[in-house]
Amino acid sequence: MKPRNWWPALVLALLVLASAFPFYWAVLASFTPEARLFQEPSLLPSGLVLDHYRALFTVRSFWLPIRNSLIVAGATTLLCVSLGAFCAYALARLEFRGKTVLLGSILAVGMFPQISVVSPLYLVLRELRLINTYPGLVLPYLTFAMPLTVWLLVGFFRQLPGELEEAAMVDGAGRLRAFWEVIIPVALPGIATTAILTFVYSWNEFLFALSFTLGPERQTVPVAIALFRGQYQVPWGQILAAAVIATLPVTLLVLAFQRRIVQGLTAGAVKG
Amino acid sequence: MASVTLEGVTKTYPNGHVAAKGLDLEIRDGEFMVLVGPSGCGKSTALRMIAGLETPTGGRITIGDREVTSLPPQDRDIAMVFQTYALYPHMTVRENLAFGLRMRGTAQDAIETRVKEAARALGLESVLDRRPAQLSGGQRQRVALGRAIVREPKVFLFDEPLSNLDAKLRVETRAELARLHRRLGATVVYVTHDQEEAMTLGWRVAVMRDGFLQQVAPPMELYRHPANRFVAEFVGSPGMNFLPGDAVAGLVPTAGTASTLGVRPHDLALVPQGTGDVDAWVDVVEPRGSELLVYLRLGAMGDGPELRVVAPPEPVIEEERVLGVRFDRARLHWFDVESGRRLE
Repeated sequence: MKPRNWWPALVLALLVLASAFPFYWAVLASFTPEARLFQEPSLLPSGLVLDHYRALFTVRSFWLPIRNSLIVAGATTLLCVSLGAFCAYALARLEFRGKTVLLGSILAVGMFPQISVVSPLYLVLRELRLINTYPGLVLPYLTFAMPLTVWLLVGFFRQLPGELEEAAMVDGAGRLRAFWEVIIPVALPGIATTAILTFVYSWNEFLFALSFTLGPERQTVPVAIALFRGQYQVPWGQILAAAVIATLPVTLLVLAFQRRIVQGLTAGAVKG
Repeated sequence: MASVTLEGVTKTYPNGHVAAKGLDLEIRDGEFMVLVGPSGCGKSTALRMIAGLETPTGGRITIGDREVTSLPPQDRDIAMVFQTYALYPHMTVRENLAFGLRMRGTAQDAIETRVKEAARALGLESVLDRRPAQLSGGQRQRVALGRAIVREPKVFLFDEPLSNLDAKLRVETRAELARLHRRLGATVVYVTHDQEEAMTLGWRVAVMRDGFLQQVAPPMELYRHPANRFVAEFVGSPGMNFLPGDAVAGLVPTAGTASTLGVRPHDLALVPQGTGDVDAWVDVVEPRGSELLVYLRLGAMGDGPELRVVAPPEPVIEEERVLGVRFDRARLHWFDVESGRRLE
């Protein structure tokens, strides 16, 4: 046994435990009957029930916020990736004046504290009669999702050899056609990763969704969960069940693509 | 097929770097023209300007009878083979070969015929359905060639196409390229940093340095009558010897005063001490199989300038001895010390 080698392993184990335990606890609690939640907390699962999950879809109509979240996050991702791809390609490949400044300001916009733009955005959306609508969420989401998308995609496009599109152009394709027939297919893994990350960020967003919606018909999952809390009681079991449902698809997506996502994040960070 | 003409072509980058300056070059219809020079001499920039991948900041480029100076690559009817091959990784060999034809709207059955023809000519029939990642280096190189020839373009451009191959394959492919050119009769502009490749392939060779053309001539003329010291040094292997104009008594320039004497290692003969034009001390002898490369120092004390001589493998030459060196008087080159220009 080499003592030097088990130190990092121990630290790692503690870290994994610290980050995984709350989730395990939430999953466990979501299957535990409400009555037993506070009486006999146990680390081991026993007497599990589906009550909370059933309640979510019968009493709470939880499918409504799920639908809203899917629509809003999906539309945001679609818009971001399709528009962002053009923008990122131009930033990665074309030479034009002020490119560095533009790239820097895109990053800066992405860093804006959300809370500082909530009230002005609210006023704008109200004037446009977009409060409590899907566009009323998708448009504000672009403010943080678009910089993220562009930044990641610039990193991916820069990794591609420039000779690829030059070959396509010499072969008779215009710049747009070379982009479509050669660059997009080759960059597809990067684009998919970007799409997943954008989707995850939009799916998790809370502040804008809370501020720009009025009722359950447009509320997204995080907002709906936050509003489960009633005046006299907090339905912990249902809240945790909803959290598990909201987390699961995102976790699975990230797990499935984790290697590429790590590549994407470092590409964006180092090559910027 | 078409000729390519460069008139006063200049490329200055925004950062002030001048990659090409006043290039005047006429490449004839069907000619194999090689641009050669050390890295950074502007040969690749020149090629990329002919391709339309870079726009000149001055001058005119004509392909055939059409001025193309500011036309994008897709409107120039040229094909280019890149150093990295730049195959489309997401397409099969068949799709790679067909891409250029498809972009130009060739009919489907015509595409199939021509792809098949090219694949047969290059021995790629068995790998048509593979992707580039599944091919060997030599096969990738041939797909890159094939992608150029299926198009039957006016002009072929090659950017160091052999530099990613190992030595043996490079020599084989070089011969294949020469055969291909003979068969197609197409105009070729070929960029390389390798003077041997330039000499063996080019009908004419354009030597470049620091963005300027130094000399454009058939290979043997470059070798026999280099226009200046740079070309003399760059062409031929082992490289030419340069001596101060007065290093060897009895050899005087025909014109001018301050001059440098250039003589190729092949144009010197080793003779017994005292019977040549000058005596020299044998430093190192490198056997090269078919010949010996002998490094000498002028003067019986071995303290003069260095001289390289190519000698026949027999008789054996011993190191650390003094020998005579005889200069072939018909093969001497004189250069101006200041400008490096050839003195006739």
